[in-house]
Amino acid sequence: MKGKLSAQFIRRLVLIVLTYGVVQLLISVNIINDYLQATLTTICINIILAVSLNLITGFTGQFSLGHAGFMSIGAYTCALIILKNPTIPHFLLGTLLGALLAALVGFLVGLPTLRLRGDYLAIATLGMAEIIRILFINMDNITNGPRGLSGIPRFVNWTWLFIFTVGTVLLIRNFLNSSHGRACIAIREDEIAAETMGINTTWYKVLAFVIGAFCAGIAGALYASYFYFIKPDIFGFLKSVDILVMVVLGGMGSISGSILAAILLAVISTLLQSFSEIRMILYALILIVIMIFRPQGLLGSKEISLSMFSRLGKFFAFEKEAK
Amino acid sequence: MEQLLQQIVNGISLGSIYALIALGYTMVYGIIKLINFAHCDVYMIGAYVGYVCMAKLGLGFFPSLLASMLVCTLLGVVIEKIAYKPLRNATRITALITAIGVSLFLEYTTMFFAGADVRTYPPMTGFMAKTFKMGDVVISAQQILIAVITVILMVLLQLIVKKTRIGKAMRAVSLDKDAAELMGIDVDSTISFTFALGSALAGAAGILVGVYYNSINPLMGVLPGLKAFVAAVFGGIGIIPGAMLGGYLIGIIEVFVAGFGYSMYRDAVVFAILILILILRPAGLLGKNTGEKV
Repeated sequence: MKGKLSAQFIRRLVLIVLTYGVVQLLISVNIINDYLQATLTTICINIILAVSLNLITGFTGQFSLGHAGFMSIGAYTCALIILKNPTIPHFLLGTLLGALLAALVGFLVGLPTLRLRGDYLAIATLGMAEIIRILFINMDNITNGPRGLSGIPRFVNWTWLFIFTVGTVLLIRNFLNSSHGRACIAIREDEIAAETMGINTTWYKVLAFVIGAFCAGIAGALYASYFYFIKPDIFGFLKSVDILVMVVLGGMGSISGSILAAILLAVISTLLQSFSEIRMILYALILIVIMIFRPQGLLGSKEISLSMFSRLGKFFAFEKEAK
Repeated sequence: MEQLLQQIVNGISLGSIYALIALGYTMVYGIIKLINFAHCDVYMIGAYVGYVCMAKLGLGFFPSLLASMLVCTLLGVVIEKIAYKPLRNATRITALITAIGVSLFLEYTTMFFAGADVRTYPPMTGFMAKTFKMGDVVISAQQILIAVITVILMVLLQLIVKKTRIGKAMRAVSLDKDAAELMGIDVDSTISFTFALGSALAGAAGILVGVYYNSINPLMGVLPGLKAFVAAVFGGIGIIPGAMLGGYLIGIIEVFVAGFGYSMYRDAVVFAILILILILRPAGLLGKNTGEKV
């Protein structure tokens, strides 16, 4: 048993290192140019956001429409710190502080509002994100108001992106495979039953919310330090919806689904760049059609795994033999 | 004192608009438990229909009002039939995302055809351009018009809900859908009718805003829509008088916050009220706290 586990671990490790190496190689020979690199960054940030929201919404069943608010806290904290001290240690410190601050706000907001159910929680988190945005607009002397902060030094490169993205995904995956994660899933399935089984539902809901907010803070910090420029309007209601769409499109309760959807949406929006006028119309239509015909999302609650591919391979081999 | 009265007058005008929109939210939520995000865009479409009628076709105010209410009624029913009906038994989050999708679709389709820039209503003439002075308090004819039309529509709505057969059906469906169906009520057409009523009110609100503030754009519905929803929650969601009360209160509070010189924070204050209400009294001002059923 133990040997099998470690073999699986080594296979995963190889896969992760390979992904990193291949992309790094493609960047160094300039096949992935600056334009594609921006798309790559968007994909990684979206993966962090989608997976962390999936923890809150897909796995714990708490409906949040305020993820962009947490993201903006991380972005502003990190931006303000590295604008003062443009060094790599300060970038890391800014990312950490941004994430911690987002987690703190998540805790303060989550503790009272997570008592609410379903739609009410959605509206409360939406209101919270709006309040954060309005505060950033009005704290003129710190955040430069609606004009935003520009000239933020860029420290984010593929290495940092990869570390943070893989780190977040692993953190959330391991959390979900622990007893805490199972408690969260139990809350999604039936809150009252979970409470009867002795699960402290409020504690686990707040925990999932805080971890989600923490990761969104990281995503915000990465965003600020890659794209040079942030302003409050970037982190509006539409951004929260965007993240939620990724989660629902990929499948609520599927980490690989969220990753897949984050990649898919970034690619689609890059392809549609030249039709900017009808881009949002198409986006809306795709959303409605998917919700009507495949409400469980692309992957439902399934995960893509290596064994799935080998099973698929066996299946095709079998088909060949049959012929 | 005059200052205070003036603020209240302005607050009632703004509150009337919120109340009209909030009614649509609260009725739809009451009957199918869906936050109809597309509702605020029905209101935006109402404003655009009013604009086309008054600026392009040269119609008077009242024919335009009827036209935009009619168009919005149709739009509301069509949205319900196409987008929400297939999801009647789906999870709440699916329906909510669909509603957001419909909302984005309406916004950006309007933007595609009408352009993203702000359009202005034609200047008012005759009675509509008058202002009245009572002491130092200035009341414009438009404000009176908004208040009177809102009250008339609310009375009509109450009559429909309380006195007619279809109103009784609406109340029955919102109380218990399955039981209502067993009693022989046509649930689907009742839900359609609810959407029709709510959308008509939103259409009226749209054209009133156009007349009052003079400028409209494809994204004008987003913020008033959210605030109207806050108003509905404030008064107690699913309760029709609650939405009216909530709308007026939110309007007046917003105007007061702006009047005290914090106009940049007025949206934040509205959302802070929302969060407070949800924490302290989730059932809303007029709502009853119901126990949790297992």
